[in-house]
This record gives sequence, structure tokens and C-alpha cells, in this order.
Amino acid sequence: MSDAIIHEVTQSEYKYGFTTDIETEVIPPGLNEDVVRLISTKKNEPEWMLEFRLKAFRQWQKMKMPDWTHLNIPEIDYQSISYYAAPQKKSISSLDEVDPEILATFEKLGIPLEEQKILSGIAVDAVMDSVSVKTTFKETLAEKGIIFCSFSEAVQEHPDLVKKFLGTVVPACDNFFAALNSAVFSDGSFVYIPKGVRCPMELSTYFRINTQNTGQFERTLIVADDESYVSYLEGCTAPQRDENQLHAAVVEIIAMKHAEVKYSTVQNWYPGDKEGNGGVYNFVTKRGICKGESSHISWTQVETGSAITWKYPSCILMGDNSTAEFYSVAVTNHFQQADTGTKMIHLGKNTSSRIISKGISAGLSQNSYRGLVKVGANAENARNFSQCDSMLLGDKCGAHTFPYMEINNESAIVEHEATTSKISEDQIFYCNQRGISTEDAIGLIVNGYAKEVMDKLPMEFAVEAQKLLQISLEGSVG
Amino acid sequence: MLEIKNLHVSIDGKEILKGLSLTVKPGETHAIMGPNGSGKSTLASTIVGNPAFEVTSGSITFEGKNLLEKDPEERANEGIFLSFQYPVEIPGVSMVNFMRTAINEQRKYRKLPPMSASDFLRFMREKKALVDMDNKLTNRSVNEGFSGGEKKKNEIFQMAMLEPKLAILDETDSGLDIDALRIVANGVNKLKTPEKSTILITHYQRLLEYIVPDYVHVLHDGKIVKSGTKELALELETKGYDWLK
Repeated sequence: MSDAIIHEVTQSEYKYGFTTDIETEVIPPGLNEDVVRLISTKKNEPEWMLEFRLKAFRQWQKMKMPDWTHLNIPEIDYQSISYYAAPQKKSISSLDEVDPEILATFEKLGIPLEEQKILSGIAVDAVMDSVSVKTTFKETLAEKGIIFCSFSEAVQEHPDLVKKFLGTVVPACDNFFAALNSAVFSDGSFVYIPKGVRCPMELSTYFRINTQNTGQFERTLIVADDESYVSYLEGCTAPQRDENQLHAAVVEIIAMKHAEVKYSTVQNWYPGDKEGNGGVYNFVTKRGICKGESSHISWTQVETGSAITWKYPSCILMGDNSTAEFYSVAVTNHFQQADTGTKMIHLGKNTSSRIISKGISAGLSQNSYRGLVKVGANAENARNFSQCDSMLLGDKCGAHTFPYMEINNESAIVEHEATTSKISEDQIFYCNQRGISTEDAIGLIVNGYAKEVMDKLPMEFAVEAQKLLQISLEGSVG
Repeated sequence: MLEIKNLHVSIDGKEILKGLSLTVKPGETHAIMGPNGSGKSTLASTIVGNPAFEVTSGSITFEGKNLLEKDPEERANEGIFLSFQYPVEIPGVSMVNFMRTAINEQRKYRKLPPMSASDFLRFMREKKALVDMDNKLTNRSVNEGFSGGEKKKNEIFQMAMLEPKLAILDETDSGLDIDALRIVANGVNKLKTPEKSTILITHYQRLLEYIVPDYVHVLHDGKIVKSGTKELALELETKGYDWLK
């Protein structure tokens, strides 16, 4: 029976699989120095930015794709991808000038682009393919000295800030995908919160890949100055396509003295169809540094999409008394593969970190947690608590846990707990007998299992994320 | 209300019920008794549609509707409730969330709008009082860490919330001490109305001292071999089941 059940809950369709018919400017596929220069020219970038890109590109050419993952990654032909696609109408100054088709797209995605959505209190930067389309609430934020704009705009308007922080947390050649991103990144978001400012609203970026055969390489840089606070949300979707799309992003967070940054992601890139065709390859480098004393960074991620996910949002706890958290729910179904987790690098004194990871695997998917806790020689009194739970639906999927620890200071206390569980048919039948359908029962049970992480999401995201968990598993139990 | 005719049921190819017939009218309380392995729990599971049991022939209708064509959740939403012999634990799912989902599914099935949060909480408070349910239990996850007695009490609480037309209590008395049994039976009696029917499945006569049945049926080897009134239960208590075989 459980087989029959599990067979069925994974049959739902990807709700965001539409494409938008807008004119786009796409450069021909292929990658060489000229392409890097072309991107830089198109964006009218200063010389130092081009140098940053070229340096990364030259390094990237010497690098190899990582092979240590528990992922089966088909060969990727980097020359068949177009590295720049932009909706044609450029330099938008008001919402009226945005292509109505794009607005309709974002409306379908439920993004509060219009000013009337002020009530929801979220400032949004929407990125379609490579170009940032519109940032809302810029004026409101500017009154407090907060900068929230597209990355390209930041390069033009705030070059000193960008130059000072870009690549300081994730160096241009940190790894294969970070180097690729550094060479060809198209756009993304930039956030700067000045000293002592508490950002009054959630900042949010929505990424969407639209054009065929393009990669999306966005770059996010968040700087929280002394005693500031910001909560940042990121959402992602893509149309349904038979071929795979490449997504390689870099996110850098810098938290100065007593600053706090909360970064939440709901990742729902197209996961491919039930047979494993298509889907987004998601290779992302996310890292934050608790640079100042008593600073705090927390990552919360709900990963339901992508054919392949390679992602380890990490923290470097450099400042004394700094704290970091990683809360993750990763759902895989059908042929999806996820290798995700975190790295907590303790360098300062009295630093503490907490890792809560909940993996849910269904169908024929493979779901791995990979985490590193590292305590440096001078990191007196470091604390870490890790909990990695796996839940399996059916007997054809896999759940794996790869915890690594490198402890170089004897005063450290590091704890690790792990559990594996299954949804039993008895639990489902119990819910059925109370009038709850099997799909709703799975939603209920899975959300109960992931509750500790879901509770960390900002309210605006929590409801959407709960539904998403359920939708991702539809058809995996009957 | 419930009409079972010549029911044959198998599990893993083995026939357990071999031509069972039973009619329950509105307001009636029926006790199904019998030795271990006679098919009592199979009957309960089959009525509520547990997919582990296969109906090979016969029919079950509820208020004139063919139950065998309906999914378990549809049967529940038609007004059939099973108090499980072994209620399962569902970690992380709060009782409040669980009950609210169940109530609203039932309302959706009956084409009623969902209950508002405040109405729901008021309703839940009422029902908790009715069955003496502790706040500390409803604040926890479904059955998680509950004692045997608490689990049974929680079943009766859910029954109070869902207000079924037909309640089936599967060995509700098993594993309960006399005080817990009294509390649970008391809850069942309070929920009784002239339209509501109950099927009590039990091994012992003990429960029937607290919940008095209109009819008693003895199940043996997959068939009802004797039916009578509550006096039959007393007779079984003294004579055992052997004389009926």
C-alpha cells in the first residue's frame, strides 16, 4: 500500500511553468573574454569592474567542476549557453514604462510590484533573466539612508561601496561556479543598511529565468553596518522547459558590529518533469561574515525546486561573541538531486552557531546534507549544535548525511544529532479517518516535521512556503 | 442507517470475515463481542475503508449510499468515526491544527464555509469541557508522548469535535484502568443523542457496564453466530465463548 500511496502524491504540475512573450535582447551563446567584455560594456561598467570579471574568467578557465558531491551532474556545455539576456526596453524610471507583459508575469507570481501593495510592507527588486526590472519603495528606504537597488545600479551610483565589499566574502575564484558568476554575472541586488538603522520592512528580490538557453548569474551583496538590522527575502521561479537551465548565483553578506542580518530563501526553480527531463541546475555560493563583534547572521532556506541543487549557505564567525544560524528544509521528488547544507567557521571568541536541517525525499530523488563545523585555534569557547533530520517517502529515494568537523580548540563544544523517519501508512490512514485527504495529510505531516524551520520564515513567506512543501510532494503518496 | 450484507473480507489473501450481516438503525448501540481473531477489528477497519482489507463480496451501505465506493476520508465526512484501538502519533502536528484541518475538511465536504479561528477555539473549549480533556494534551502534537489512557481519551475528544452519526469504538476499553475507563465511557454517554448510533467492539463485558448496548452480537470465525440483548453479554461473561462455537 505505501508504494501505491507514495506513487501518487508526486504527480502535480509545476505552477510557475509559464513563459512570458516579451522582446529580449540575447547575446549569442558561448563564453570567451570578448563576451565578458561585451557584458561589461552593455552595462557601462567602470574599468575596475571589468578587471574583476576578467580576472575571475581567466581563473575559471583553469578550474574544474567540483566532483566531491553526491550528485550525478550531466556534462554541461558552457559554450552552448547565452550569458546575457535582457528584456528589451531599458532604463526604466517609473512603473508605467515597464513592459506590461513583465508586470503580468510578476503579478502571476504574486509579487507586490505595485505601489498599492504598500500594505504588505515589502520592498521588492524583481530580476527577470539578467536585468533588474524594478525596485519598489526606493524613496521610502532612501529617507533612512538605506540603499536597496539592482546590482548594476549600485555599480553606477555607489561604486565605492561595491568596490569595498565585492568579493570580500566570496572571493572571485572561490570555487568553479563562483568564478563563473564573477566573470559573467548580469545583475542582482545590492543592500546597504547604514549605522544604527533598523530596516523598517522586509527587503525582497524575486528572480525569474525566462529566456530559452540562458543562464542566470545574479549577484547579491548585503552590507549591514554597525548596529543595523535587515531581513531579506529571496524567491525564485522559472518556466517549464525540456532542456536544462543553468543558474549560478553568488550571495555575500557582511554584518558589522552588533548588526543582524536575516536571509530567507524560498527556492522554487523548475525541478524538471516526472521523467527527469529539464529543470534548473542550481549551483549557488552563499556566504556571510559576522565581521564585527556580537553580530548575527541567519540563513533560512526552503528548497523545493531545481533538478540539481548545490548550495551551502555558510557563515564565518569572525567577530567575538558573534552568532550564526542555518535553518533548512530541502524537499526532493521525482528525479531531483540536492546536495545542500552549510559551513560554520568559528574564528572569534565565544561564538556560537546552530544548524537545523530537515530533508524530505520522495520519488526517485537523492537528498544529501553536507555540513562543516570548523573551530579555529583561537576560537575560545565556540559552541555548535547541529541537528540533521531526514524523512523518506517511499523506498526508492535516498537520504544522506555528510557531517564534517574540524576542531582546533579544546574549549569547543560541538553537538550533532541526526534522525531518519518515514511517513507511515498508519499515520496517513489516521488522518483519512478524520476526513483529511491523503495529500492534505502529507502536507500536514511534512509541515509538522519541518515546523522548527518554517517558524523561522517571515510571515509573508510562511504561508506560501507551507503550500509549496505540500505541492512539491503531491502525487508522492496516494 | 448502516446496512451490512453477506460481507466477505480478506487480508493478504486470507479470508477473515465470511458472510457477515448487520443492521444498525439510528439511535441504536450495538456491541460486537467475540474471542481474539474472530474478526472484530477487521469489521471496524472495513467499515471505515482501511485499504489493507479487501472486500471480496457483499455490501455495506450507509444512509442508503454504497460505502464501498467511497474513499476513507469520504466515509469519515459522511459521518462515520472510528476510535482506534492503537491511535498513532503524528510528531510536529499540533492537536489544534489537526482538529481544525479535520473540521474544515468535513465542512467543505458538506459545502459549508470554513470555521473562523475564534469560532473554532470556542467550539474546542466547549468540547474539551464535555469530555474532561486537559489543556496540556490539546497543546501537544497528535498523540505524541500520550499515555495509553490519554490516547483513548483523545479519541473520544476527537469524536466530540467531529460529531459523527455513527461512532465505532474499537477495543476502547483495552489497556485502561477502571478510572480511565469510567472517564472515557462517561464521555461517550454524554455525546449520545437519539439520532446517533454506536458500535462497540470489545472483548470483555466490563465496558458494557458503563455503556449499555441495545443489542449484543457474538462474532465467531468471521460470522455473527448469536445476537441478543445486553443479557447476552452477562451470559458470555460467565460461560465464555466456547458454547457458541
